[in-house]
Amino acid sequence: MSLVDDTNPVNRAALVSQAEPRDFIELLKPRVMSLVIFTALTGLVVAPGSLHPVLAAISLLCIAVGAGASGALNMWYDADIDAKMVRTANRPIPAGRVSPGEALAFGLVLSAFSVLVLGLVANWLAAGLLAFTIFFYAVVYTIWLKRWTPQNIVIGGAAGAFPPMIGWAAVTGSVSVESIVLFLIIFFWTPPHFWALALIKSEDYARAGVPMLPVVAGEAETRRLILIYTVLLAPLGMAPYFLGFAGMAYAATALVGGLAMLWLAVEIFRKREGGPARKAAGRMFAFSIVYLFALFAVLLVEQGVVARLF
Amino acid sequence: MSDKSREPGIVLTPEEKKRQRQRNVAIAIALAGLCVMFWVITLVKGPAMLQRPM
Repeated sequence: MSLVDDTNPVNRAALVSQAEPRDFIELLKPRVMSLVIFTALTGLVVAPGSLHPVLAAISLLCIAVGAGASGALNMWYDADIDAKMVRTANRPIPAGRVSPGEALAFGLVLSAFSVLVLGLVANWLAAGLLAFTIFFYAVVYTIWLKRWTPQNIVIGGAAGAFPPMIGWAAVTGSVSVESIVLFLIIFFWTPPHFWALALIKSEDYARAGVPMLPVVAGEAETRRLILIYTVLLAPLGMAPYFLGFAGMAYAATALVGGLAMLWLAVEIFRKREGGPARKAAGRMFAFSIVYLFALFAVLLVEQGVVARLF
Repeated sequence: MSDKSREPGIVLTPEEKKRQRQRNVAIAIALAGLCVMFWVITLVKGPAMLQRPM
């Protein structure tokens, strides 16, 4: 008789990995990572001073891998929730392709490597901020806030807001008002963005027992708070221009984009029933991505390319 | 030799062998990438790599 009964499918799944390399890439949440890379790149480029291009590229890689590692740790802890939600049921762990132990080890090893290499390549302030970001997303948001409070994505949103600050710190070795403003733009952008999605997917979140705002406080309160956060976000988006580290192109983009965000938030507030309500929330979710991308893209081109060429 | 040591243990299916090979290749590429990255960092940072407070 064999010590291990490998004909039992449960034992076999625990002993033989079913993962392909692309499953581990999926654990890194590539779509979230792409936004992290983009905002961190903006922080790196806009920051005064210079970093050797190779070291800047490796710093960016470290920030991306650190963000991906926190995504893997998030998927490890949230596998039970993910299995209940349509949107996430096919993720590698609930689908049985990657074991929880593999995901945990993968996340921890990448976290350690990304922080240490960033410290060696750039500086230890940037590495410390990256370590704090990973801790904040994996522990404060995923383990603590997400299942406890409907304010989960407000406070947890800080984790997604740190990358430009880390990029800035990698170049300057400091945290300044400018990098805090970039942080605040993403911080105040996060609630309207995710609550618009939560309005559409509230049944999914309710089934999984996640206390998202529409589930706990109701859709009316969610619509009110989306409007309030957008009212705060629109002028905040203009702050880089008024603080002098963005030019006219950025100011125009932030003004038009901010007004469009406000209009979409008002639409969400007004349209409360059926198809038009879902459509308004869907439009806010999609446009909010365009808005944030446009702000950082214009800042990147204006300060990183145009300002250095002319 | 006992009967136990002659038992094949877990026998991988062809699909599992294929995935194992893919994972091995990915790990090899990642390790090679790390070696190249540290080599490049050393070149770029130059003597500054050695100038660290003890």
